[in-house]
Amino acid sequence: MKPLVKDALIAKLTTLADDEVILAHRNSEWVGHGPILEEDIALANITQDELGHAILWYGLRKELDGSDPDRLAFFRDAYEYRCCELVELPKGDWAFTMLRQYLFDLYESLWLEAAQQSTYPPLAGAAQKIIREERFHLQHTRAWVERLGLGTEESNRRLQQALDFQWGYAQQLFVPIPGEELLVAEGIVPDLVPLKARWLEQASRHLQNAGLKLPINPGYQPTSREQHTEHLWSLLAEMQSTARWDPEAKVW
Amino acid sequence: MPGRYGVPTDPDYQERLAEFEARIRRGEKIEPGDWMPEEYRRQLIRMISQHAHSEVVGMLPEGAWITRAPSLKRKLILIAKVQDEAGHGQYLYHAAETLGVRREEMLEALLSGRAKYSSIFNYPTLTWADIGTIGWLVDGAAIKNQTMLAQCSYGPYSRAMVRICAEETFHHKQGKEMVLLYAHGTPKQRAMAQDAINRWWWPALMMLGPHDKDSPNTEVLVRWGIKTKTNDQVRQEFINEHAPEILAAGLSIPDPELRYDEKSGNWLHGPINWEEFWQVVGGNGPMNKERLEARRRAHAEGAWVREALQAYAARQQRAVAV
Repeated sequence: MKPLVKDALIAKLTTLADDEVILAHRNSEWVGHGPILEEDIALANITQDELGHAILWYGLRKELDGSDPDRLAFFRDAYEYRCCELVELPKGDWAFTMLRQYLFDLYESLWLEAAQQSTYPPLAGAAQKIIREERFHLQHTRAWVERLGLGTEESNRRLQQALDFQWGYAQQLFVPIPGEELLVAEGIVPDLVPLKARWLEQASRHLQNAGLKLPINPGYQPTSREQHTEHLWSLLAEMQSTARWDPEAKVW
Repeated sequence: MPGRYGVPTDPDYQERLAEFEARIRRGEKIEPGDWMPEEYRRQLIRMISQHAHSEVVGMLPEGAWITRAPSLKRKLILIAKVQDEAGHGQYLYHAAETLGVRREEMLEALLSGRAKYSSIFNYPTLTWADIGTIGWLVDGAAIKNQTMLAQCSYGPYSRAMVRICAEETFHHKQGKEMVLLYAHGTPKQRAMAQDAINRWWWPALMMLGPHDKDSPNTEVLVRWGIKTKTNDQVRQEFINEHAPEILAAGLSIPDPELRYDEKSGNWLHGPINWEEFWQVVGGNGPMNKERLEARRRAHAEGAWVREALQAYAARQQRAVAV
């Protein structure tokens, strides 16, 4: 692999893993506090899967540069993280969490479907391995969007509020990182342009069928993964507090 | 189903009771729909629902550490564990429902403070080592109790326990592995592990319930095969297994009177502070208020979600009807 391509792939894998770690963190804040016991179970399950994906992506990065996944997760600072801003936003209410998970699941399942054809066999293999899980997530969160959208006036209002807030943020999932065009040219990762078109088409249809209006003005759309929300610092402070508490500790 | 649950004033009560107790003595399982004394049903509902509540409330002290787990692997294991607890809660509520009580009623009893749950969850989780210690000691104590309950005379409860024990055994193993790792880790890790053992040892002994002489329910529970061992027997089994393992790891146990008795082969413990136990059971433990408040808040904040689900279901039914 050419050095520039390798660097770009390392950077891309990091973004994939970081998104999953931070999203898993936000979802895990619900465990034990869900609206019904069955959802504590379901969301814990989705969260485990997301964390599993993060481990997989960091693992692929490790094969390329020997980096330690736990060092990456627990010893990088906010400005070194490459997650998108959508996943950093506080968990909000159940509508906020379910909508975010739906928008992310739809993106991830489209991405994974295409990534199964990657010319980089470890990536293709990973995508094949986890696409099934992702389809389950999508089924689950699609259903929640429909139930809340068509439930009561209140649930519809809350979901609409979440959509108005998140729609612009969600667009960042389709902003390529610097150097990504090299990976696309080599067929290593899917081109985000056609994926975004499919995502927009499918998301718009489902959201409208669920009685929601697409925001006319999506508002702020983050474009660089070097930028973050105000929340990331505190999130990491919490997440990394135990790992960093004893600098001498080698294993946990 | 008239006559399904018998009371002593029923004309055929004594006869049926004798038949019922004979079944239990033969080791038969009592199944939903079988005749049973009302008191048997009442005791089972009390125990199974308390057990279910314990799983649900038990998600809180551990769940709070998912976001602070120190490695990706530990985080994954902890989410899986807390998820198991939610699953156990669900499973146990279903087992209780076979006795003709609804989950909503049981939840209401929990949220109103009428129903009890295990005293152990009213202690705080102060450090990460508490997570390992809960797995090792608290789940270790729970397994002793649940292994016994897996033999119990009521079929649905017994089968639930078989399944739950299998998962708890995994929790116990990973908790022990964690504490042993820290016991042999850095000075800070070691100190953290010792501190956790110091705080959880006595509550773990207490969670197995009062001494037999102070346990009002034990006699009838043993006679009807709901419990097959007394609290003190189960507690002794727990100590005999865990005390030597903790000491072998180079950690100490906060009981100056703890000693091995050659004659009986038991580890004998010093006096338990039952005053503390009854305070916690009575609602005055360090975390009683917070735990209940967290459950109430989650329930209240989820109300609009549950309403939306019902409204959506009604809408779907109307659509089918048209």
